[in-house]
Amino acid sequence: MVSIRVNGKPQEIDADPAMPILWVVREKLAMTGTKFGCGIAQCGACTVHLDGQPIRSCSTPISAAEGKAITTIEGIAADDGTLTNVQQAWISEQVPQCGYCQSGQIMSATALLRETPQPTDEQINAYMKGNVCRCGMYGRIRQAIKVAAGMEPASGEAPAEQASVEEAAT
Amino acid sequence: MSEGADTKPPRSKAAKWTRRGFIGAGALAGGALIVGVAVRSGNPVGKLKPIVAGGEGEALVNSWVKIGADNLVTAIVPHCEMGQGANSTIAQMLADEMDVNWENVRVMDAPADGNYVSQHAARLFVGPGTLPDKPNAVSFMEPTYDGLFTQVAKLASAYITGGSSSVRSTGQNGMRIAGAAAREMLVAAAAQEWGVPAAEITTENATLTHAKSGKSALYSAMAAPASEQDLPRAPKIKDISEFKLMGTPAPRKDIPVKVDGTAMFGIDGGPDGSDLRYAAIKACPVVGSQVASIETSAAQAMGGVLQILNMGDFVAVIADSYWQAQQALGAIETTYTKTEIDDLDSAQMFANFASALDEAGDAGGNSKADYGDAAGAFADAANKVEAEYQVPYLAHATMEPMNCTAWVRDGKCDIWTGTQVPLMSRDGAAEGAGLDADDVTMHSVFLGGGFGRRLTPEYTNQAARLAKAAGYPIKMIWSREEDTAQDFYRPADISRFTGGLDAEGKVVCWNNVHCTEDEPAEAPLVEFYDIANVSVRTSEVEHPLRIGAWRSVAHSQHGFFVESFVDELAHAAGKDPFEFRRSLLANSPRHLKVLEGVAKMANWGGALPEGHGRGIAIVRSFNSIVAEIAEVDMTGDKPRVTKVFCCVDAGFAMNPDGLKAQMESGIIYGLSAAMHNEITIKNGAVEQSNFHDYHMMRMDDAPEIAVEIINGAPNNLGGAGEPGLPPAAPALANAVFAATGKRIRSLPIAKHFS
Repeated sequence: MVSIRVNGKPQEIDADPAMPILWVVREKLAMTGTKFGCGIAQCGACTVHLDGQPIRSCSTPISAAEGKAITTIEGIAADDGTLTNVQQAWISEQVPQCGYCQSGQIMSATALLRETPQPTDEQINAYMKGNVCRCGMYGRIRQAIKVAAGMEPASGEAPAEQASVEEAAT
Repeated sequence: MSEGADTKPPRSKAAKWTRRGFIGAGALAGGALIVGVAVRSGNPVGKLKPIVAGGEGEALVNSWVKIGADNLVTAIVPHCEMGQGANSTIAQMLADEMDVNWENVRVMDAPADGNYVSQHAARLFVGPGTLPDKPNAVSFMEPTYDGLFTQVAKLASAYITGGSSSVRSTGQNGMRIAGAAAREMLVAAAAQEWGVPAAEITTENATLTHAKSGKSALYSAMAAPASEQDLPRAPKIKDISEFKLMGTPAPRKDIPVKVDGTAMFGIDGGPDGSDLRYAAIKACPVVGSQVASIETSAAQAMGGVLQILNMGDFVAVIADSYWQAQQALGAIETTYTKTEIDDLDSAQMFANFASALDEAGDAGGNSKADYGDAAGAFADAANKVEAEYQVPYLAHATMEPMNCTAWVRDGKCDIWTGTQVPLMSRDGAAEGAGLDADDVTMHSVFLGGGFGRRLTPEYTNQAARLAKAAGYPIKMIWSREEDTAQDFYRPADISRFTGGLDAEGKVVCWNNVHCTEDEPAEAPLVEFYDIANVSVRTSEVEHPLRIGAWRSVAHSQHGFFVESFVDELAHAAGKDPFEFRRSLLANSPRHLKVLEGVAKMANWGGALPEGHGRGIAIVRSFNSIVAEIAEVDMTGDKPRVTKVFCCVDAGFAMNPDGLKAQMESGIIYGLSAAMHNEITIKNGAVEQSNFHDYHMMRMDDAPEIAVEIINGAPNNLGGAGEPGLPPAAPALANAVFAATGKRIRSLPIAKHFS
């Protein structure tokens, strides 16, 4: 038995101590927001917080969490459901496409802003480069981090774009 | 019907044709399909109502629109959401035609039912020659054309999301008409109930109003009588001047669930309860081989292992957890039967490709375009240019590896899986479970990336076979290693060119031969360039790997080949690559505007820091024209792309932010491949396994991207999901040349700097 707290709730986990946190969370606790991407800590889709620090849950055994607190994507919003600044910025900047990597992206960005509330581009690059987005939304992720940090205004529901309308020429 | 005599504003040509095709479909297919097929017993849509609109107070107005008691309007979308945002955009098109405000719109995936086949998407895939005995459908059969396509599409199980087709086909030719028809049916119902002329009723924000009498009603109040109205014969769709939602950056409907962990992807799906078990599998590494033997004693002793199965073409372990299944799978020793390609490696394969091209020579092979006299013009050319390019196989590497959850029991099968072809996957599951397709239920989920990878049903078939063997529900997940080694790859290719210039540096001929039959066939063609003598040919080769559709399909390689060679011709002519393309595009005004647009964005010709370079490329694909300029910094030990400027003409941007997002995405996907990606073969098998040896572009090496949109043909929409990709590789390679004089003729670029 491994005793952990997950999103504030105590849990007794009956599992092989070597089982990665990812599979404990997904299969034993039925919290599927944390994603499997590579299994070798190369893509960041499985990022959760262990005592506040971002870790790759696919490569961290549950035994390493004994007596510690795990936070997953399901556990970051306020108790009343109010989304965090990072989550709200992900919506205002229309970041996700397929969305599969975004739990991990948001967990990394949340940890970044906790450590560095006003990050530079270089700090964002260094912190976020472990999270692959195959849809390539890096520019929007960077922008959303700045919006969440209060460094840039949210796009929100911008007025309609003005694009030139011309008759078909071919 | 008459030629739009009483309609204001005037209808576009595209709209007229579309309605005729659509009405024909309704009549000829016996009301089997889509819009305007009112809900009544004996009609296939009647069968659909309990599936898609079974809730309290819900009315299915037509098979693509339901209205709830809460006045929320749901668009039932026959495409899969894999990140492209098209489901939201085509709902936007429906809502605009219906006069529903965006806040009142919901999106629902259509069930995997043949009645939701998108004929409009299917016709993009089911090309000439597919209709039995009608190789070249001609205009007199146009009214029956869509009806036939419906039947063909059903046979092909073609509920397809691909080909950058959702907005331009299903949205433009289906959803808009569904919305317009639904609106007219609501108006007709209100006119009947209120005893007033339909023409006096106006609609706005999902509300019907009759100003004279002061009567008004929410759509929800008229939904049930509306569903009893006859199908409008010619629903009037909006002119561009009447658009309210179309052309605006309405926020995507699928994004909120993708920021809090609640979005359900295939890997998250499954039955309620605790019976679910997990499967890890390993398929034979060489195409054509079978499992010869397995040694399982170590694996059997491992914790949680329930079953070890030799399925012939793959080995599976079923366990209490996926991790346990994966650990045990790794402990199995497997031998495989011999194949003819057991000794093959990439070098030998490319040598085989080169031999095929040698055989085709200057004039042999299968002709794809032949006008003028390319050979004669080359003989007389003042300046002769020759080049050979090579690209590798590429894996899709979707973030969500292939997976499928299956439960086979009591003559039924339930499937949870991300797929771009739900009906084909349903058939694959039925085959695997030994059941009829009608006994298979496909549960709708998000796709953690598609890019063409999820156009095949084999993983669904595998899971159904396992679930049948197990007798309880199975969640099968491919490891990243399995996903990398068992893809349907973008074909490797070699492409050879000869081109001739006259004394003034004008291109007089273009002769190209390459391997692999192209999909789409237009990919290697250059008719938009002003070149009088052109020959384009293929020399077919056998691929040792399974090949498939990879984002932008054959445009992904030909964009690089064609736009690199144009750059080489420009250099040989001593001309600026942008000006050179301008003169070649003199007769292609839409191309020219896009090219000039991107040059202006990037300040083409302006000064750059020492060691930096700019490259330009323009590619037409999926009916959209995209030009890109890449800026590269060559002062480090390898190229670094700093900026990409992109100008796109997709006809009309139904959702400009969505179009921009797709351009950004296509550019990064294309640059990842151009810079890093290569699937190689050793002993007949794929060598790469995971993200450490199949690198993705990441936050720290991704460029800044700027996108501008030209709405150059509002009635002739192009795609968005793929067209951003093809210009990225040549723009980058041309930038490397501009900075260094080093011409990149094979990808990936990183190999030239290692």
